Amino acid sequence: MLKEPEVTLALALEHGLTADEFEKIKGYLGRVPTFTELGVYSVMWSEHCSYKNSIKVLKTLPNKGPQLLVGAGEENAGLVDIGDGLACAFKIESHNHPSAVEPYQGAATGVGGIHRDIFTMGARPVAALNSLRFGSLDNPRVRFLLDGVVHGIADYGNSFGVPTVAGDIFFDPAYEGNPLVNAMSVGLVKAGETASAIAPGPGNPVIIVGASTGRDGIHGATFASEEISEESESKRPSVQVGDPFMEKLLLEATLEALKTGAVAGIQDMGAAGISCSSSEMSAKSRTGMRINLDLAPQRESGMTAYEMLLSESQERMLIVAHKGREQEILDVFEKWDVSAAVIGEVTDTGEVEYWMHDELKARIPADSLVLGGGAPVYERETRRPDYLDAKHSFDFSSLPEENDYEAALLKLLSSPNIASKRWIFEQYDHMVRTNTVLGPGASDAGVVRIKGTKKALVVKTDCNGRYVHLNPRKGGQIAVAEAARNVVCSGAKPLAVTNCLNFGNPYKPEVYWVFKEAVGGMGDACLALSTPVTGGNVSFYNENPKGAVFPTPTIGMLGLIDDLEKQLMTPGYKAAGHVVCYLGAKRTGLGGSEYLSWNHGLTEGDAPEFDLSYETRFQAFLLEAIRGGLLQSAHDCSDGGLATSLAEKSIFSGIGAEIDLSALQAYSGSDVRECLFSEAQSGAVVSVAEDKLTALIKASEDAGIACIRLGLTGGEALKIDKLIAKAVSAIGLVYEEAIPAKMNSTAAAV
Amino acid sequence: MATFSVLVFPGSNCDHDAYHALKHVLAADVRFVWHKETSLGKTDAVIVPGGFSYGDYLRSGAIARFSPVMQDVVKFANKGGLVIGICNGFQILLEAGLLPGAMLANENLKFRCKQLYLRTEQTDTPFSSLIEPGRALQIPIAHGEGNYTAPPETLKTLEENGQVVFRYCTALGDVVPEANPNGSLNNIAGIVNKDRNVLGMMPHPERACETELGSTDGRLIFESMLNHLQPA
Repeated sequence: MLKEPEVTLALALEHGLTADEFEKIKGYLGRVPTFTELGVYSVMWSEHCSYKNSIKVLKTLPNKGPQLLVGAGEENAGLVDIGDGLACAFKIESHNHPSAVEPYQGAATGVGGIHRDIFTMGARPVAALNSLRFGSLDNPRVRFLLDGVVHGIADYGNSFGVPTVAGDIFFDPAYEGNPLVNAMSVGLVKAGETASAIAPGPGNPVIIVGASTGRDGIHGATFASEEISEESESKRPSVQVGDPFMEKLLLEATLEALKTGAVAGIQDMGAAGISCSSSEMSAKSRTGMRINLDLAPQRESGMTAYEMLLSESQERMLIVAHKGREQEILDVFEKWDVSAAVIGEVTDTGEVEYWMHDELKARIPADSLVLGGGAPVYERETRRPDYLDAKHSFDFSSLPEENDYEAALLKLLSSPNIASKRWIFEQYDHMVRTNTVLGPGASDAGVVRIKGTKKALVVKTDCNGRYVHLNPRKGGQIAVAEAARNVVCSGAKPLAVTNCLNFGNPYKPEVYWVFKEAVGGMGDACLALSTPVTGGNVSFYNENPKGAVFPTPTIGMLGLIDDLEKQLMTPGYKAAGHVVCYLGAKRTGLGGSEYLSWNHGLTEGDAPEFDLSYETRFQAFLLEAIRGGLLQSAHDCSDGGLATSLAEKSIFSGIGAEIDLSALQAYSGSDVRECLFSEAQSGAVVSVAEDKLTALIKASEDAGIACIRLGLTGGEALKIDKLIAKAVSAIGLVYEEAIPAKMNSTAAAV
Repeated sequence: MATFSVLVFPGSNCDHDAYHALKHVLAADVRFVWHKETSLGKTDAVIVPGGFSYGDYLRSGAIARFSPVMQDVVKFANKGGLVIGICNGFQILLEAGLLPGAMLANENLKFRCKQLYLRTEQTDTPFSSLIEPGRALQIPIAHGEGNYTAPPETLKTLEENGQVVFRYCTALGDVVPEANPNGSLNNIAGIVNKDRNVLGMMPHPERACETELGSTDGRLIFESMLNHLQPA
C-alpha cells in the first residue's frame, strides 16, 4: 500500500490553505493533521463549502418573514409556506467552473446537484430554471460552450423528468472564458413531512445510498474556489460526471424511504462528498460519526481514504436511520435497484472518524470543519473601483443621432440578449408532469400549477450584470426588483428569494467592495418588497486572464397565484381595439442599456433610473390592477426598454398596434430615443379593454402611478409615431432568427 | 368499467401524467403496473408511457423490451388487447417488435419540445374513431429520438394498409416538410400495427387534455379508446 505523504506547510499551501489556516488546523487537532485530514480540511474550508469570505456579508440579508418555514442556511434549501398544507422548497446554485472546462458534464451535474438539494428535504422537484451568462456568440469557443451547456442541462433535466420552465440568459464579452451556469430547482412537499440534514441519536446506523464512489470530482470544491486560468484545462478530471437515470431512481427511492418513517436524517452529497455530509450532519446534531469506508460501494479498486472522502461522485446521499429500522430503508432502495450500504454509526464524541483497512485515517472534531463552527470567517479589504467615476461621467451628448428608428429597433431585436431564446428552450422538456401553464418564451415568468388546488407557483431568475457593474448597489436592487416585477406581471405575489452570487476574486479589494455593495442593494430591495432571502450559493473567482466577469448576483424569485383561473396574466395582446397604456416611472436615461451596448458598442453611464420606494408602490398597484381584472395583458419594460416590450407584445400575439409617444415624452421630459430605449425601471406596457379604461385611470391616480395612453391594438403592423411602420411578421422573423443564425453560422470550435 | 394499466419503468417520467389524464380528466379506471411484474393482471388497455425507461443510454427502449412486464404486454397485444405507446413507449413497442420500423436521432440531433399539429389520417382504429378524418390535432412533442424510419417495403406496406394514423402537419392540416420536427419518413408521427390494436406515437396526448395546458385535442385519442372498450 502507498504510504501517505508527510504533511508540511508546503503541502497545506498546495491544498489551497493559508499558513494561518494550517496553524488553526493544528490547533483544533492538537497535532499535525494526517494527509487524509489535510485533504478534508482543505475542501471543507474551501470558499465553496465554508463561505469564509462571504458569510459575514450574507448575514446582512433580510431572512425573516411569516411565510418562511426554514431560515437561510438551516437546511439544504429554503422552505416557504404556500397554504393548502403545502410548502415549497427552492434553491439556486452555480456550476460555473466545471462548465467552463467541460460544458456538457459541468452543466448536467449542476442540474443534478440542485435537484438533490430539494429532494433531500423530502420535496418532489416540480420545476427547474437556469440562469446563464456567456461571452459573445461571435466567438466560436462561446458557441461551443453554449451548445454544450444547453445540451447538458437538457439531457439531465429531460431524463430526470422535471420541466425546465423559465430562466434567463445574457451575452457580453465580459463573460468570455468564464461562463456562468446557475441552476435552480423548485419542489413541493406537504408541510410537516420535510426531512432534515441531521444525525441524531448515537448508535443510529449511517447508510450511504445511490451511485458507487469513484475518483471523479476529487477536489471539485477546491477547483471552484480558484480563478480560471490556462491550467484549468488540466483540471478537467475535477469535473464530475452525471447519471440522470441514477438520479431519477435516487429521487423515487429517497421519497419512498422517507415515507417509511425510518429516516432520522438525510443529506445529499455534493461538494466534498462524504466528508461534507457526515461532518455537517454531525455538527448540526452535536454528535459524531464513525464511518468504515471499506463498506461503501466503490466504483474502482485501490481507492485511498483521501480519495473516498473527497470524491464528488454524483447521485449519492447519506442517511441516518432509526436504529433497528435500517432494513426498511434498504428494502426500498433494493426495490429501485439502487445500492445502499450501512457504513457506520452515529456517536456521541463530537468527532467524525473515518476508518479504512482497519486503520483510523482521520479523526476530526466535526464542528471544526463547518460553516458556523470552526471554519474560518474573513471580512476582506474593500476599495471602490476607479472605473465607476469614469463610467458615470460619460458624455451622452457625444452619442450620434438616431436617423433610422426602424433599423435601430430591428438591430436591437437581433441582439441575442433580446431575441427569442427558442433555440435554447426547445431543447428542454418544459411540459413533463403536465403542470406547465406558461413555459419559457411567451411569458415574463414560468407558471406551474399545483394539481388539486387553485394555486400556481410563478418562478423567474434574473440579474442584469451590466447594471451591477455600473452601479453595484443599484444593480443589486434592480436584480431583485426586476425578478419580482416579472412575477407580478404574471399575476403572482412575490414571496421569497434564493440567490446565486457570482463574483470575481474576493482577495481583490475592488471585487470585494462591489460584492458588499451589490449584496447590500439586494438586501434593500428584499426588505422593501417583503421577499426575504431563503438561501443560495456564492461563487467567487469568476475571472479569466482578462479580469473579473460582470458582478452577477442572480436572483431566483418565487411567487404565488392563489386562483389560477382569475389571476393569471400574460404579456401578449388579446384582441384588436384594446387601448395600449404605459404604467410607471419616467423613461429617461440610456445608461447601461442594451441599446447603448448592442447598437453602439458602449457599456457606459450609470445603471438605469431606479427608485426603490416607487418600485414597491408600482408593483403593488400593478398586481392589484391585474387581480382586479382591469388588464388584458401586461409586460414589464426591461432589457431594450419600451421598444422591446412593444415589439414582444405584438410578436407574442400576432396583433399590431399604432403607438403615439407624444404623451409619454411629455410625461418623461425626454426625447423619442430615450422613451423607446431607456431601461429606466418601474414600468410596464399593458393593454386594456375600453370599458375598463376609466377604472384603470382612477386606480392609477389613487396609487400615484402614471398611466399614459400610448395607442390602440390592431392591424398587422407595429407603427410608432411616424418613425416605425413594420409588419409584425417581419419583426418576428428578426426576433426568432437571431440566435439560430449565430449558432448555425459555423461549427462551434473547442 | 374498462381498466387502463400504465406501465412504470424505473425511468418512466410521463407515467403520472397519463394516469392523471385518464383518472382525473377522463374519469377512467386506471392503475400502475411495475416493470418487475410478470403479469398485467386483469386489464382492458395498456399505456406504455414516455420517459427514459432504463436510462436509455444504449438505444431508447432497447432494454425495456426485456423487462418482465413487457413479455405479458406482447401476449396481451397478440390476443388483440389495446396497447398505446407514447414517445418512449412508442420506442419500446418498436424494440419489442409490436410495431414495424425504428427510431433515429432527430435530424438536427437535438431534443425538441414544442406544441405542433398532427393530421389524422385514419379514423378506423380504436384510437382515432372519434376524430374527424383529416383533422389537425394540437399535441406537443418532447423527444430526442423521434425520427421514424423503416425499409422501403415496410413503409410501402404501412401506407398501403393505412397504418399511418398521424402525420406532422401545419395548423391548417397541410403535411409539408416544414411541419416535420425530426426528419421522420413521410412525416410519420404515429402508426398502428396490422391488426390496428397497437398504436405508437411520438407526440404526447396526455399533455393535451386540459385547457390550462394549451390544448384538449389529446382527449380525443383516449376517448376513442374508451368508446371502443365500452361503447355508449
